[in-house]
Amino acid sequence: RKTAVMLQLPLVVTAQVDLVLVLVSLLAFWTRLSRLSYPNAVVFDEVYYGQFVSLYMKRVFFIDDSGPPLGHMILAFGAYLGGFDGNFLWNRIGADYPSSVSVWSLRLLPALCGSLCVPLVYLLTLELNFSHLAALGAALLLLLENSLIVQSRFMLLESVLIFFVLLAFLSYLRFHNAPNSSWSRFSWLLLSGASCAAAVGVKYMGVFSYLLLLGVASLHTWNLIGDHTLNVCVQCVCRFMCLVVVPVLLYVFWFYIHLGLLSHSGPHDQLMSSAFQASLQGGLSRITQGQPLEVAYGSQVTLRSSASQPIPCWLHSHRANYPVRYENGRGSSHQQQVTCYPFKDVNNWWIIKDPGKQKLVVGSPPQPVRHGDVIQLVHGMTSRFLNSHDVAAPMSPHAQEVSGYIDFNVSMAAQNLWRVHISNREAESDVWKTILSEVRLVHVNTSAVLKLSGVSLPDWGFRQLEVVAEKLFKGHSSVLGWTVEEHRYGTSQEQKEREAELHSPTHIDIDRKMSFWAKFLELQWKMLTVKQEDSEHKYSSSPLEWITMETNIAYWLHSSTNAQIHLIGNPVSWGVANLSLLAYQLLAAVYLVRRRRGIKDLPDAVWCRFSCLGCVCVGGWVVNFVPFLLMEKTLFLYHYLPALCYLYVLSPALLEHAHTHLLSSAIQRQALGVCVSAVLLTVFLSYRNFCPLTYGSPELSANQLQGLRWRETWDILYRHR
Amino acid sequence: VSVQGRANFKILRDTSTLRNRKSFPTSAPNTPVSKGQSCPTGNDAQSSNGTSAQFSSRLSDRHMCTVLLVLVVGLSFSTRLYKITEPPHVCWDETHFGKMGSYYINRTFFFDVHPPLGKMLIGLAGYMTGYDGTFPFMKPGDKYEHHNYWGMRGFCAVLGSLLPIFAYLIVLELSRSETAALIAASLLIFDTGCITISQYILLDPILMFFIMAAVLSMVKFNQPFSASWWLWLVLTGVNLAGALGVKFVGLFVILLVGLNTVWDLWRLLGDLSLSLVDIAKHFLARVVGLILFPLFFYVTVFAIHFVVLNKSGPGDGFFSSAFQSRLIGNNLHNASMPEYLAYGSTITVKNLRIAGGYLHSHWHLYPEGVGARQQQVTAYLHKDYNNLWLVHRQNTQSPTPDLVRHGDIIRLEHKETTRNLHSHLHEAPLTKKHFQVTGYGNNGTGDANDLWQVEVCGGQKGDLVKVLRSKVRFLHRATGCVLYSSGKTLPKWGWEQVEVTCSPYLKETPSSQWNIEDHINPKLPNISLSVLKPHFLEILLESHIVMIRGNSGLKPKDNEMNSKPWHWPINYQGLRFSGVNETEYRVYLLGNPVLWWMNLASLGLYLIMVAVASVALQRGFSLKHSHVLMRGGGLLLLGWLLHYAPFYTMGRVLYYHHYFPAMLFSSMLTGITLDILLKSADLLLRPPYSDWLQRAGQLVLLFTVLHSFYLFHPLSYGMTGPLAHEPGSSMAGLKWMDSWEF
Repeated sequence: RKTAVMLQLPLVVTAQVDLVLVLVSLLAFWTRLSRLSYPNAVVFDEVYYGQFVSLYMKRVFFIDDSGPPLGHMILAFGAYLGGFDGNFLWNRIGADYPSSVSVWSLRLLPALCGSLCVPLVYLLTLELNFSHLAALGAALLLLLENSLIVQSRFMLLESVLIFFVLLAFLSYLRFHNAPNSSWSRFSWLLLSGASCAAAVGVKYMGVFSYLLLLGVASLHTWNLIGDHTLNVCVQCVCRFMCLVVVPVLLYVFWFYIHLGLLSHSGPHDQLMSSAFQASLQGGLSRITQGQPLEVAYGSQVTLRSSASQPIPCWLHSHRANYPVRYENGRGSSHQQQVTCYPFKDVNNWWIIKDPGKQKLVVGSPPQPVRHGDVIQLVHGMTSRFLNSHDVAAPMSPHAQEVSGYIDFNVSMAAQNLWRVHISNREAESDVWKTILSEVRLVHVNTSAVLKLSGVSLPDWGFRQLEVVAEKLFKGHSSVLGWTVEEHRYGTSQEQKEREAELHSPTHIDIDRKMSFWAKFLELQWKMLTVKQEDSEHKYSSSPLEWITMETNIAYWLHSSTNAQIHLIGNPVSWGVANLSLLAYQLLAAVYLVRRRRGIKDLPDAVWCRFSCLGCVCVGGWVVNFVPFLLMEKTLFLYHYLPALCYLYVLSPALLEHAHTHLLSSAIQRQALGVCVSAVLLTVFLSYRNFCPLTYGSPELSANQLQGLRWRETWDILYRHR
Repeated sequence: VSVQGRANFKILRDTSTLRNRKSFPTSAPNTPVSKGQSCPTGNDAQSSNGTSAQFSSRLSDRHMCTVLLVLVVGLSFSTRLYKITEPPHVCWDETHFGKMGSYYINRTFFFDVHPPLGKMLIGLAGYMTGYDGTFPFMKPGDKYEHHNYWGMRGFCAVLGSLLPIFAYLIVLELSRSETAALIAASLLIFDTGCITISQYILLDPILMFFIMAAVLSMVKFNQPFSASWWLWLVLTGVNLAGALGVKFVGLFVILLVGLNTVWDLWRLLGDLSLSLVDIAKHFLARVVGLILFPLFFYVTVFAIHFVVLNKSGPGDGFFSSAFQSRLIGNNLHNASMPEYLAYGSTITVKNLRIAGGYLHSHWHLYPEGVGARQQQVTAYLHKDYNNLWLVHRQNTQSPTPDLVRHGDIIRLEHKETTRNLHSHLHEAPLTKKHFQVTGYGNNGTGDANDLWQVEVCGGQKGDLVKVLRSKVRFLHRATGCVLYSSGKTLPKWGWEQVEVTCSPYLKETPSSQWNIEDHINPKLPNISLSVLKPHFLEILLESHIVMIRGNSGLKPKDNEMNSKPWHWPINYQGLRFSGVNETEYRVYLLGNPVLWWMNLASLGLYLIMVAVASVALQRGFSLKHSHVLMRGGGLLLLGWLLHYAPFYTMGRVLYYHHYFPAMLFSSMLTGITLDILLKSADLLLRPPYSDWLQRAGQLVLLFTVLHSFYLFHPLSYGMTGPLAHEPGSSMAGLKWMDSWEF
C-alpha cells in the first residue's frame, strides 16, 4: 500500500518566500556593498589590520594583542581571494592603494557580514516571538544606521563580530523554540556554539555576548532539571557539548590554522621563547640550525633572559666600569659592568669554562655541562669573568652587584664560580641543552641567583638593563631563568676566536620539538599579557560619551578636497534606542513590582516573552557596555556598536508590546502608528542627511559641513583653500 | 545465585532507607526553628521526655551557651592582648597611622587617602592613655622608649578581639548551631594573621570591627518595629558609617547591607498580608536608619576632623587656596599681600579644579618621543620654590609696577630656571587632543609662542586681576588654546606630577581656570585680605575628591614585587611587620596556612554542596539543612565576594592585608559549611554511627586548629634567632612555601 501512495504522490515544491526579508536584504546589500572600492585609500584602522593581512600573505609570524586570530584570518582570506600578494606598506591613513591591490575584495567580507546583520536582526525578532512588523522595524533601524554602514564598508572587524553574535543568538533561539522531541534542533545549537566560537575568535569582546548566551542557556537548562518527563542528563550533556566543548575546541582550532599559516619568522619573534622562535622558519632557526645541542666546557654561547618584560634581552658586558660612586652617594666595586642588552651584539658572547682547567676550547670528545656542575663564565670580547660579591647593585640596592671581575688589588677576591641549575630538567644529571634548557646560575659563594632586575641603568650604563644576583628567590620566576640561544663550540684559544667557524657535531631538529599545545598556550598567554603602550588617541573617547554620541571618529579625508568619511551614528536612531532602553527598564520595574503584589497585568506567556526580550536585548546591551567602564584601554566609539545593535532589536519589539498590551482604544493605536511612521521618516531623513559623511561623497562645502556638525564636540575637518 | 540474591537484597534495603530519609524533611518542613533549639546537643533524645526534663535541659543548654560565649571571649582577648607591647619599636604602617594619631593630638592638618575616623579613634585612644603626641614616628624600627604607645595598640587589639566574638554571634544567628559558630570563632581566634593585624596601630582592626558589627546588627534585626529592631537598625547604620569613615573599603559592607535590605524589602513586598502602608513604613524606616542617619554620622566625623585640625601642616598644598586660609600658620591665614596682580611680581598660580596643583616647572626636559624636548611644565600639589613665576610684559622689562588688566598680553617666566611658559603645536604627553606646554628660552628671551593673554572670568577689558579671588584663564596667543590641567599623572619621567596642557577647547571649566595664590611685589603696599571662607559642604566635597585622587594615584611601582589578589586566599606571601635579620625581633603577617587552606577548600566544598542541594530541590527533594546552607551561607559568600572580587578591578597598589575583611567572611562560611557537612553524615550512616562520625570530625577539626596554631604562633608573637630555612630556628621546617619570608 505504501508504494501505491508513493506512486500517487506528485512532485511538488512548495516554497514560501518572505518578500519583506528579501527586500531588506537587498537594500542592505545595496547600502553596504555599492561603490565599495571608494575611497581607494587606506581608511582609519585598515592601516592596523592591513599590516597583519600582509603578514598572512607572506606567512610571517606576528603577535597581536588586540584579539584572537580568526578576525585577521577572515580579512586575510578576503585579500587572498582578491589575489593580494602582501606587497603594500600600510604606513599611513589616507595613502592611496596601488592598482595592483584589489580594494574591493579586501573590504568584501566585512561588508557581506555587515549586510547579513540586517536579515539576521529580522529573523531574531521573529524568533523572540514578535511580529513581522516589529522585525521590519528592527531591520530598518539597522539598515539606516550610518555608523554600522561605515564600520561595515571597510576592512574592520566590528561587523564580522556583530554578525556572529547575532547568528549565535538567532540559532540558539531557533533551538529553544523548536519542539522538544526533534533531535534535528541540536544542529541549531551546534551552529550557535560555532558562532560563539567565531565571535570570540574575532574579538575578545565576543566573550561578553557568549557569556550572556551561556547564562540564558543555563537558565533554560535549569528549568529543564525540574522536568521529570525528559531524560535530563542526556539533554544537559548535549547542551554542554554544543555550547561549551565545541566552542572551546573551535577556538583552539582558529589558533591551529593561525599557527599553521604563519610559519616564517618575523618582527615579533623576540617576544616569544627561544624554542618557539626556533620552530619558525628563518630567524632564530636559521641561526641555530646545525648548532650543537649539548652545552660543553669551552662552548661559546649567548644567554637570553627568559623574562619578556620589559623587553627580551641577552646577558651582556662591555669595556666600561661601574662608576666609583653613584648619584646617591653609594659606592660600587668599580669593576666592569654586566648588563642585559636587548639587541644582538658581539658583546653578548660568553665562554663556558671549567674552573679546574685553563683552556677555553672544547675538548674531544666534548665534555657536556650537567645540572649541578660548577662553571665559570668568561666574557668573549673582554675575557673578564662573570663575578658577584657582597656589594649593593646599582639600582636595586637590596641585591648583589654582578660584574666582570677586575683585580684592583684591594683585597676583593674573585668570586666567579656559578652552579648550573636546570629548572626544567627531566633527570638529575640532565645535560644543559641549547634553547631547550632554562637554567639558573647560582653563585657558589653566596648562593645568590643571577637575575634580570628589569630596571634600566642611567646614562653611565648606556640605559641597558640591570643584572643583579639576589639571595632570597621566590618560587619560579622568569627573571631568574636564562637560555642558551646561539651556541658554537670554541676551537681556538686565541682572542681572535670570535669568528670561529661553526661546528656541527649533532644536528638537532627543534622544529618538531614543540607541540601545537605548547605553542598555543605560549601564544595565547603572550597575547593576553603583552602590554602595548596605551596612550590616548586623538579620537579616543570614554564609554559614557557613547550613549549620547558626544564624539565621532574621522576615518578618512580626501587628499585635496573636503570629501571625508566619519564614524557618526544616525542621531535619531540613537535617540530611539536610548529611549527604548529607558522605557523597557521602567516598564519592567512596574510590571515586576505589580506582579510581586499579586497583580498580573500580562498573561504568563506574554510575560515570558517580555522577559526573554529583556534578557537578550537589555542583557546584551549591559554585557557589551558595562565592562568598558572598568577597562583602562584606549576606547573608541566603534566599541559601542555591538551594544547598539541589541537596542535596535529592542525598540520595535517594545513598541509592539505597547501597541498590543498597553494601548486599549483604537485611536491610541492609530496615534502610535502615525508616530512610528513619523519617527521612521525622520530616521530616514537623518540617514540621508549624514550620507555624505558615511560614503565620502559627494563633497560638501565648508558651510554644509558646518551644518552637519550637530554637536559642538564633533570633530569635522575643513580644508583651508 | 545466593550471593547475587543477597547483593540485590542489600541494594533494595539501601534505596528504601535512602528514600525514607529524604522524605522525612518534606513531611514536616515548615516547623519554624525555635530559639531553644540553638544548642542542639542531645535534643532528639530529650524531646520525647516530660516538660520538666525539657525545661531543665533548656536551662542547661542556655548555661552551655553562656559558657561557650565566655570561652570565646576569654580566648579571643588573651590571644590578642598577649605580648601587646612587643616589639617596643614602630612596626610597618604604624609609622603612618601613629603619626596621624599624633597629628590629631597636636591639631596639625595633614592629608591622607583614607577618611578620618580610624585615625581620630587612634588619636583619642592615645590621648586617653597619656600619649602626648610628641613621638615623631619617623620610620619603622624607631624605638618608642618612654612614650606611651601601649594605649593605641591596646585599643586596636581590643577591637580586634571583638571580631571572633562577633563572628560567633553572627554564625549562631544565621545557622542556629553552636558548633558552626564555635568553628567560625576558633578559626579567627587561632589565626596568626588576625592576631598580628590586631596587635598594632593600624586601621584594619578598626575597619574590621565596624564591618563585623554592621553585619551582626544586620542579621539581628528581624522582629519588625520592636524596640530591639529599632536598636539594631540604628546600630547597623552607625557601623556602616563607621566602616566607611575608616577606609573606603567600608563601601563593600554598605553594598552587602544594601543588597540584603533590597532582598528583604522584596520579600516583604511579596508578602500579601502586609498592606502597602506597612511596606512604606518598612521602606522609610530603612531609608532613615540605613541612609540618612549614617550619612549624618559620617558627615559629623568630617566636621569634627576639620574642627580639630585647625593648624597648618604637611597636607596644605593638596587643598584650594580658600581651604588653606582656614588653617592657623598657613601663609594664607589672615593673608596680607598686594591686592591686584602687577607686572614684576613673583606669583604662584593654582589650578581651580578640586585638588588641582600649582603651575610648576623644574630642571628636567620632556623625554625623547614626547613632544619637543624642552623643559617640563607640570602641576604640583606641594608647596615648592619651583612653583614661583615672574610676571612680565610682552617684551620689555617693566620699570614701574603697573597693574595687569583683563586682555593684557603677558609672559610668565619661571623664577628658578628663567624659562618662559611656552606652548606649541605638539601633542601633549598624555592628553593627545591638547597641545604640549613647555618651558622655553633663556633668561626671559624666548619667542612669540611665550605670550599669553590674561582673561578674568566674567570680566571685561581693563578689569584688574584680584589676587586669590579672581578666576583667571591664560589664552595662548599663537595657537588660541587655553592653559589647562588635565589631572592625569605623568609617568616616572615627570616625577608623577600632574600633566599641564594647552587645550584647544575653550569651554570654561575649573581645569582651565587658575587663581593667583602668592603674590610678592615689594614695590606695592600689602593689604590684608580676608579670603572668602569656604562652606562646610564645599570642604567636604573637596576633601573627598582629594582622597579619591590620592587613592587612584597609588600606582604600583614597576620594579617592586607587588601583591596580586589571587595570591591572597592561597596565603602566597605575607608582609614583614618588623625585622629582617637573624638578630632582630621579627614579626611576619601571615595567616595560619592550615586554616586559610581549609577556608579555601570549604569555599569549593560550599559551592558543591549548594549545587547538590539546589539540584535536589529542583528535582523535588528537600534536604534538611539546605535553608541554612543557602540563606546564611549565601549571605556570607556574598560578603566574601564583595570584599574580594572588586580588588581585581583596582588599578592601585594592593597589599596582602586587604584580604582580611574577606577572610572574616570566608571563615564564617567555613563554620557553616563544615558544620552542615558533618551533620550530613546521617545521609551516609545510620544514627549512632553518624553521630560518632560527627563527633570524630569535630575533634579532628579542633585538634587541627590548635596544633596549627601551636606550630605557627611565633609568626605573631615574634621570632628571634636563625631564619626558617636554617635548622636552629623556631620555625624550622615550617617554610612550606618558598614565597614566605620568615
